Amino acid sequence: MAKLESKVPSGPLAEKWRKHKTEIKLVNPANKRKYEVIVVGAGLAGSSCAATLAELGYKVKNFVFHDSPRRAHSIAAQGGINAAKNYQNDGDSVHRLYYDTLKGGDYRAREANVHRLAEVSVNIIDQCAAQGVPFAREYGGLLANRSFGGAQVSRTFYARGQTGQQLLLGAYSALSRKVGDGGVQLHTNSEMLDLVLVDGQAKGIIVRDLITGAVTRHSADAVVLATGGYGNVFNLSTYARQSNATAIWRAYKRGACLANPCYTQIHPTCIPVSGDYQSKLTLMSESLRNDGRIWVPKRKEDRLKKPADIAEADRDYYLERIYPSFGNLCPRDVASRAAKRMCDEGRGVGESGLGVYLDFSDAINRLGEPAVRERYGNLFDIYHEITAESAYQTPMRIFPAVHYTMGGLWVDYNLMSNIPGLFVLGEANFSDHGANRLGASALMQGLADGYFVIPYTIGDYLAGQKPGSRPATDRPEFKQAEDNVTGMTKRFLENKGSQPVSHFHKRLGKIMWEHCGMARTKEGLEAALQKIPALKEEFNATVRVPGSADTLNQSLEQAGRVADFIELGELLCRDALTREESCGGHFREEHQWPDGECKRDDEKFGHVAAWEYQGEGKAPLRNTEPLNYEFTKMSVRSYK
Amino acid sequence: MVAETPSKKLFSVTLRIWRQAGPSAPGRFVDYPAKDVNPDMSFLELLDVVNDGITLKGDEPVAFAHDCREGICGTCSCTINGKPHGPGKGIATCQLYMRSFQDGDTIVVEPFRAKAFPIQKDLVTDRAAFDKIQQAGGFISVRTGAAPDANSIPVPKEDADLAMDAATCIGCGACVAACKNASAMLFVAAKVSHLGLMPQGQPERDKRVLAMVQTMDEAGFGNCTNQYECSAVCPKLISHDFIARMNRDYVAAIFKSRFKPASNAAAGGAG
Amino acid sequence: MNLLGSLFKSSIGKKILMALTGLVLFGFVTGHLVGNLQIFLPPAKINAYAHMLESLGAGLWLIRGFLLLCLVIHVWLAIQLTLENRAARPQAYGAEHVIRATLASRVMARTGIVVLAFVPFHLAHYTLRVGSPGWSEHTFRLTDGTLVRDVHTMMVQGFSNWLVSGFYVIAVGVLAYHLSHGIVSAVQTLGLKNEKWAGQVERFAAAYCWLYFLLNAAIPLAVLGGFVKLAA
Repeated sequence: MAKLESKVPSGPLAEKWRKHKTEIKLVNPANKRKYEVIVVGAGLAGSSCAATLAELGYKVKNFVFHDSPRRAHSIAAQGGINAAKNYQNDGDSVHRLYYDTLKGGDYRAREANVHRLAEVSVNIIDQCAAQGVPFAREYGGLLANRSFGGAQVSRTFYARGQTGQQLLLGAYSALSRKVGDGGVQLHTNSEMLDLVLVDGQAKGIIVRDLITGAVTRHSADAVVLATGGYGNVFNLSTYARQSNATAIWRAYKRGACLANPCYTQIHPTCIPVSGDYQSKLTLMSESLRNDGRIWVPKRKEDRLKKPADIAEADRDYYLERIYPSFGNLCPRDVASRAAKRMCDEGRGVGESGLGVYLDFSDAINRLGEPAVRERYGNLFDIYHEITAESAYQTPMRIFPAVHYTMGGLWVDYNLMSNIPGLFVLGEANFSDHGANRLGASALMQGLADGYFVIPYTIGDYLAGQKPGSRPATDRPEFKQAEDNVTGMTKRFLENKGSQPVSHFHKRLGKIMWEHCGMARTKEGLEAALQKIPALKEEFNATVRVPGSADTLNQSLEQAGRVADFIELGELLCRDALTREESCGGHFREEHQWPDGECKRDDEKFGHVAAWEYQGEGKAPLRNTEPLNYEFTKMSVRSYK
Repeated sequence: MVAETPSKKLFSVTLRIWRQAGPSAPGRFVDYPAKDVNPDMSFLELLDVVNDGITLKGDEPVAFAHDCREGICGTCSCTINGKPHGPGKGIATCQLYMRSFQDGDTIVVEPFRAKAFPIQKDLVTDRAAFDKIQQAGGFISVRTGAAPDANSIPVPKEDADLAMDAATCIGCGACVAACKNASAMLFVAAKVSHLGLMPQGQPERDKRVLAMVQTMDEAGFGNCTNQYECSAVCPKLISHDFIARMNRDYVAAIFKSRFKPASNAAAGGAG
Repeated sequence: MNLLGSLFKSSIGKKILMALTGLVLFGFVTGHLVGNLQIFLPPAKINAYAHMLESLGAGLWLIRGFLLLCLVIHVWLAIQLTLENRAARPQAYGAEHVIRATLASRVMARTGIVVLAFVPFHLAHYTLRVGSPGWSEHTFRLTDGTLVRDVHTMMVQGFSNWLVSGFYVIAVGVLAYHLSHGIVSAVQTLGLKNEKWAGQVERFAAAYCWLYFLLNAAIPLAVLGGFVKLAA
């Protein structure tokens, strides 16, 4: 049984991080260059971490499976990044950001982690502005803000509809600087396929060069995973096509606990699916809900009418009706489930009946088309490209889609997993968003972890490691891990199967969406837990992976990733089945209030579920870490 | 989640795709017929479908670069009918939909071609040269934690907006692919201008443009002949005005670096 | 890199030099045209002008040397840049597609070669007067009594030849076409262009090139058409 010690420091909430920073161990500047740290991933968390550790003097090796660190999927975040700057003088504060984030997460995150996140949010904006991130500005030259869901203040900083891109390019520029001066050794096209433990501590990884196929061993004093979320377990999602869970899943199989995998975020405003060939769902930024109004027809009969032919009186602006104080800006999980309820009632629009309107006519009347174009022009363009419809003339049709995973590898307050020396940052960990993430908080967390948390906390671990004690890569542990990787590759290539990898990914996605999507039931999850192992068996027997191992082979890459998704999907369903409550992104139909809202069970489930691998074919172990709320009352989350 | 396929008229096309087994292997075009093409499919989704068909036949599917499939990561990189990212304005390949084509079309699909972007396999090219250019100077040297309050450095809105125009570059390399000289000037100019337009970028402005241009030249890109194919194919429609701007910056920098007095700091002087 | 190194070795430096030498040569051909247009005035005008130029002595050689240097740099860098540009794309596209590069911009090397071939012919013809030693002997008395070389007669006799005039018209036409991209391109290379007034630059260049071609072509055509005759 894994030891889950949160290591949250004692003392008043607002003092914990400051106190912790003064108390944890330091590595002396001359010794830092004697430590090597492996950072896997180069999204916001990975590149900010690699750059900052190198600035401190550590030797950093950064591995990315992309051809360039700048391609990581953080780049696609559209709306913005939260920070408690209170530049708008609208009553924001660190405490308010902390409270909104904790409440937004339906009281399933650690208080101390969330508070730290809110504290460092202000430093992130300073850091990014200094790097030259072209944030939106007001005419006086100062920073502009917009509003996002789940908050009643305007605290979101943005760069048009491309905030993630600009922040990532900022972090990438910092990383590039350190690559240029030799502080970071960059390995692109390099996919981590196994974690190496020596004496129970994370001391290296096994990597496959995706271009040459070469499998290599790399040792280090510590390993940092910043490899993102696992939303592609649903196949169709707003994730990038290559986003995968392989790094965290292989770490899980080496003993790292995977916490709360059932907390998956379904984003309410995505472009609906158009056909079976579909590979990807495109997000329409939450920022659209600042000015767009969401509605469906009041009567089922009207659902196929042209929206312009439906009179104002016959429209149901259901978010404004049900949640008058937050209206269209209620949190994502709430908005998504409301959309699902409307469609379940038969009032969904579009041919499939799986869609609701997001209407800008009021905003265009109020602000004029040029102002709307300035705010959202690029999003309207994306919508037009995909649907061939103009949102200036007719409302957008949107539907919820998988967007983010709050669950991830379990970490303590220092962002270290239960495997000593293995740190996990950003979406790959479970720590800050509880059961639901608020808009514009993912960018904040990724950068907080990479720029402002890990640089301190990794020192606490490394100070306990003797400089130069890094193991050699000819140790048996490395060989065993490498054999594991090459064995898997060989099995895929030698399989005389009949189906392409994509076939299994699609089927897995359908099972997951049907049984473990926006609403989950005991029966559905049990059915999924029957279907997924059967799918796994079929996959192993009939998958066809053409080509060879010693060249660029995208089918082989996909095969490994989908194999991991299948196993992870099973764990996700298992977690969803055992969590007999509804909270945030995890909605169990058996557990709801009469009005359809989430009914938590703090008594029984006010804890983190951290799953521990027990070996092939064995049921994983469910460890728990109690969430001790000392400062904030776990109350019923209401946005009415 | 999967909806009924809407009642759209399906059609057929032929994909004439460049196949090349490896960096030094010879390449050639191979025709792949595609039937039942839905106009709402994206071009890359059609490639997915065609690839599944090739796999089922027991052959190796076409390697192509792609990731976000929403036009922002800059990974996708096909030249389609001679135009990087294919027909359409201001889009990446992943944002190209089959409704741009007609029944019976033969669509020529090949990699971005440039000496500085060697082909790795089929449609996949190595664009690491862009990273090298960035490493040479595409940054503002600011240590984490050393930044002043964000609002202590006001940036005129016009400058911030213009910097953002340049900063929208997704680093796909279409500008290089479209230029008849395979020049990287639009990419480098966008990077230089983004940082050069911000007050934060001023201290390293001269050093940056000199270093980035030198690295660009060493990578084997061609020279700009001001024909603006680059900005025409740019998925973010970044203007070639930034090239003029970089030229200006470069001239200013070489003159300044020639005539500016140098301090003795480099000679040491611990105190 | 030092200043000259940056100019002659870097891509942008080379382009800047191309633009600057191009502008010098552009200035020269413009001045040359204005001088030549005096052929439409009484013979005394152009003969006096030619005499003024020739009497510059060392100054004339300085100017000639400078122009030659500019031409050599312009041509030398053009060759280098063209070779580099070709090397930058070792394998051509299977499907070629041009979006907005003008034809003039795509044939700069070819138009440049034609113009370059014309220069020695033109110099040999009128400056060195190879094959027509008589032209050096013709004289003309200005109103102030100075006896000067008769350039007017030389031009009229020279352009009376259909072949010479034909090559001349073609050459200035090609040069005008070369300039139609060259002028706009130089402004961009020197960093002086932006989309706000790019249209004006382009219209100026187009108007200039047409004017340059028509006025230049008018000279031999006027001679051939008998509108400009030998001085009585």
